Order: sequence, then structure tokens, then C-alpha cells
Amino acid sequence: MAQMTTADRAGSLRAAPGLLERIDLPRRVVFLAAASMIAIVALLLAFITWQGLQLFLKDGVSIGQVLSPTWQPDSTSSGLNFGVLPFIAGTVLVTGVALLISTPLSVGLALFLSEVAPAWARAIVQPALEIFVGIPSVVWGWLGLTILVPFLSDTFHHKIAISLPIVGEVFSMPGFLTGFSWLAGSLVLSVMILPTITSVSYDAFRAIPQELRTGSLALGTTRWQTIRHILVPAAMSGVLTAVVLGMTRAAGEALAVQMVIGNSPTLPAAITQPVTTLTSQITLDMGNTVFGEPWQDALWTMSLVLLIISITSVVLVRLINKRRMGS
Amino acid sequence: MTVGASTAQRVPDGSHQSLHRKASRGSILADRAATVALWGTGVFVLLLLGAIIAHFAIAAVGVVSPGFVLDDPSDTVLGGILPILWNSIYILALTMLIAVPIGILGGIYMAEYASDNALTNAIRFAEESISSVPSIVVGLFGLILFVDTFHMGFTALGGSLALTMFNLPLMTRLAEQALRAVPQEERSASLALGATKWQTIRHVVVPLAIPGLVTAVILTAGRVFGEAAVLLFTSGTGTPAHYDFSFINFNAPSWAMTSPWSPFRPATTLSVYIWKLNSEGLGAFKNQIVDGSAAILIAMVLTFNLGARLIGRVLTRRLTAA
Repeated sequence: MAQMTTADRAGSLRAAPGLLERIDLPRRVVFLAAASMIAIVALLLAFITWQGLQLFLKDGVSIGQVLSPTWQPDSTSSGLNFGVLPFIAGTVLVTGVALLISTPLSVGLALFLSEVAPAWARAIVQPALEIFVGIPSVVWGWLGLTILVPFLSDTFHHKIAISLPIVGEVFSMPGFLTGFSWLAGSLVLSVMILPTITSVSYDAFRAIPQELRTGSLALGTTRWQTIRHILVPAAMSGVLTAVVLGMTRAAGEALAVQMVIGNSPTLPAAITQPVTTLTSQITLDMGNTVFGEPWQDALWTMSLVLLIISITSVVLVRLINKRRMGS
Repeated sequence: MTVGASTAQRVPDGSHQSLHRKASRGSILADRAATVALWGTGVFVLLLLGAIIAHFAIAAVGVVSPGFVLDDPSDTVLGGILPILWNSIYILALTMLIAVPIGILGGIYMAEYASDNALTNAIRFAEESISSVPSIVVGLFGLILFVDTFHMGFTALGGSLALTMFNLPLMTRLAEQALRAVPQEERSASLALGATKWQTIRHVVVPLAIPGLVTAVILTAGRVFGEAAVLLFTSGTGTPAHYDFSFINFNAPSWAMTSPWSPFRPATTLSVYIWKLNSEGLGAFKNQIVDGSAAILIAMVLTFNLGARLIGRVLTRRLTAA
């Protein structure tokens, strides 16, 4: 009985819930705001998928043709063919080399920040990285175009590379005289994805318990041995996540790449030749085509490919993280 | 750790030396080399950023002047970028007007209400998906939705809505982090005083999270300001020659299409302008204009970034001292 009284008194302290409280309007409003992102993704998937399939449904182009290497979309000339292989290959090649350049550098930088750098150095480098993230992609493209491309064609190509034994062979292949190339695109991208890979791997290294480091060092290992044999394996899933995120950013980057790769819709024979990517070709052609014509439909198919790449990487990151949680 | 400790106990006295197994000469050299290389990465990043800032500072000399900022573009002389800069600021303001309330409200749901269920998981998945969708694809989505479906044409409003969709995940996540950083005790104390959950959020949690929320807004604004690919096919690439800022007669028939205050006109921003000048490659002063515009963009990025830090710090001090 005594308990009942206490409960009654506690109940009387609170007013009976009014209508407004029962509906809990604020909860509904904030929920709608958060759930709007689901609506955006659903709409985006629906529209891009629908547009992307028009090339097959409406224009009757076969999947075999889309995966062929010939890009001849202009209906005024003969031999109409919508092969997007050069664009997919270009995206894969440019992104791949960018990751090869950027991953060691970024993971090294993450290790520097988490294991080596004194507080003052961290206090300088971390804000610098944040500024890096903020530099717009057109500015990276412009830097690539005005500094990197001339450097590659004049200084590097004419003065250094040609005289070297094996490198010279590669660089004397046709197509590099201008500097607009697969290599230029990869170099620009590698700098652009550096902050992404660095910050995600940095978080992974920071999450490693301090005991692992002290334990390893107590066994008489050097810091580098600890990093190589203990820290890098322990943070592997985080580093992998970082690389996937960097890959997504690189594959989706449009304007900076478009400005430096030369935009030639053919499969490149060497890293020194011009290429084109999915994003680059969409950017260039979308404005010159008419809504509903097969040429533009092919561009929508290419953006569907980009969308599939990015959603796949989200799922991939989730799988990697789930495995980490599980182990 | 535990293995090492137990081994140490089992080792008989007198053989302590074996515990301190000296690292071999080779491994010490490798360690030194690695240290140098890791320092090298840090130095590399700083040098690169320094070089970029210095490059644009030098390039800006002789281009960026009050006239460059305040004049209309010209074909015959260097001219200025006033209408384009205005568009950048206009689209930024319009985007933030839409994105900030939705982002903060969404952040409140994720931080205060969301429980660990499938729905929350779906929201997180959507958040991550939009973040990883290429900006050009978001721009294309805007093209189908606003230009092709709603027949709005290229408009500042369409650009702002596309930018909102693109930056909502960032804004929501930063707002959520800011709200989560508020200590749990504050909520408990408020609820114990009889406040409802919403009263607690409105009068306790959100005010305490203001420094973090302000930082979130500024960081999002920085990203919106530099974005170009989202805007290419939503707000368009046409270069306005001149804006009549006194055109505020909303009833005039041409207002919607020509007034700089109208959200229903095409609006080329600074980033889009750089891309457009470069791809069209026309004009004797192209390089100078792009250098000057890029210098202004970099300066804005620096301002947003340092501003976010500074204002966040000042607000934290003021609010915690009060």
C-alpha cells in the first residue's frame, strides 16, 4: 500500500499527457527530417535506374554492344555503336593507379600522425589535411592542367624520361607529347583522395588499444617492427575501408579528371596515353545531347554504372566493418 | 602482453640479459629509415599545401583587386566576376536555408530518438549511400527531376535543392555528433526536473550543442561553396553579363528570369565558371580570370575552415563560462 501511495504521488507530479504530448509532434518532425534521406536515395535510385535502362528498353541496344570497345554515338555518321568499355576501363585504370600511388602515402601519413608525430606536428598537419579536403575539384583540375600537365610533357617527357633506358621506351610511345594522360589523371586523383584514406586509416590506428604497442615494444621490437607486424595487421579492416572509400571518391570524381586526361575514347596502350572515364564523358557530352536520343541514353547508362559502383562500395564497407565487429 | 609477462616470470635469475634481446643492427636501420619516411609524408603534405597556397597568392597578384570582385565580366578587358560571385553566395545562402534546418532536425532524431532498429539502420545506409554517390550523378538526378520532369529549366532553386540532397548526410552527421557530445547528465538532470523529452532537447541539449552545430554549418557551407559537378546540369553554365540589383519589383513579368534576387533564374557559380572557362577556352584573359577565381575560392575555403575552428572555440568558451 505504501508503495502505491508513492507511485500515486509521483504520478500527480506529472500532468496527465495532453493531446499534443500523445501525438508527440516533435518526434514526428525530426523523424521526417532524418527519413528524408531514405526518400532521396529511393528517388535517385529509381530515376537513374529507369533512365539508365532506356538504352536497352527503348533503343534496343544489346548488352553485348554496350560492353564492346567502340564508341560511335553520333547518329549522323555510319556505324552507330554504343560501346562504353573504354569509359569503364578508363575509370578502373585511372582509379587503380591513383590508389597505388595514394595508399602507401596516405597510410604512411596516418601512421605518422598516430605513431610518430609529436603533438605540435599533429596540430599543424591535421588542419592542413582539412584544408586539403576543402579545395574544390575544379581547382585541383586547374592546378593539374596548368602545372602538372606542362611539367609532364615538357620537363619530364622531353628532358628526363626519354633519356632513361626502359622508361624512355614507354614515354616515347605516341600520345604523351601533350601531357594529357592516364598518368596525369591518376596523379591528380591520388592527391585528392589522400585526405580520405588518411583520416579513415588514422581512426583505425587510433582505435588500437595502447597495450598492443607497449606489449610489442616490451618484447624488444623497434617501433617500425611494431608498426609492421602488430599495428598494420590489427588495423587492416580499417585501412581496407579507407581504401574502398578512396576508390569511391576517385571513381566518382568528374571535373578534375576531365581537365587532365585528354578524353580520348579508346583503350590506352600505356600509362602515358590519353584516356577517358565514365564521369569525364558524361560531363562532356550531357550538355551536347538531346533528352531521349540514344546518345544521351548511353550517358544515363554510364551514370547507372557509376551509381552501382558507389552503392556496391557502401555495401562492401559495411561487410568489412561487420567482420571487424564479429571477430 | 600476457604472454610476455608469464615468460618473464619463468626465466630463472641471472639470465635477464636474454629478456632485453638487443634489436639487430638491420632492424634499427630499418626503424630509422621508416621514421624518416613517415616524417617525410607529413612534410610532403605541408609543402604541397604551402606550394598551392603560395601559387595562388602569386597568381592573384595583378588579377584580384576590388575591381575584379566588383565589376561585370568583359570580353575586351580583364573585367570582373561580380555576377558569378553573387551567384555563389546566393546559392550558398539558399542551400543552407534549406539544408541547415533539415540537417539539424535529422541530427536530433539520430542523436536523441533513434533506437537500434532496422529503420535507423536504413537511415544510416541512406546517409552513407548519398555520401558515396558521385556528385556528377547527383547533378544528373537534379537534371531529370527539376529540368526534365518539373520543367523548371536551369534555376538557382534547382541547384540549391540538388546541393541540399548532396550535403544533407554531411550536415545530419555533423549535427548528430555535436548533439551526442552533450553529456548525458544534462539530459538526466532536465528530465528529473520534470521536463518532457522535447523540452529537454530544446532548452538543454541544443543550446549546449551550439558550438558544434555552428562548426557543422560552416564546414557544410565550405563544401557547398566549392561544389561544381552538382550544379553543371541543375543551375546551368550560362554566364550572366550584368545584374541589376535594383530589380526588386516582384510583379514585373521578367522578374523571375532576370532579377539577381530570383531563385528561378539560371545561376553560374564561381566553381562552375572556372570549369566552363576552361572547357570553352575562349577569351584573352581566360587564364588570369581562372587564376583569380581559383584564388578567391581557396581564400574562401581557408576562411570557412579557420572560421569554423575559431567560432567553435569562442562559442564554447563563452557558453561554458556563462
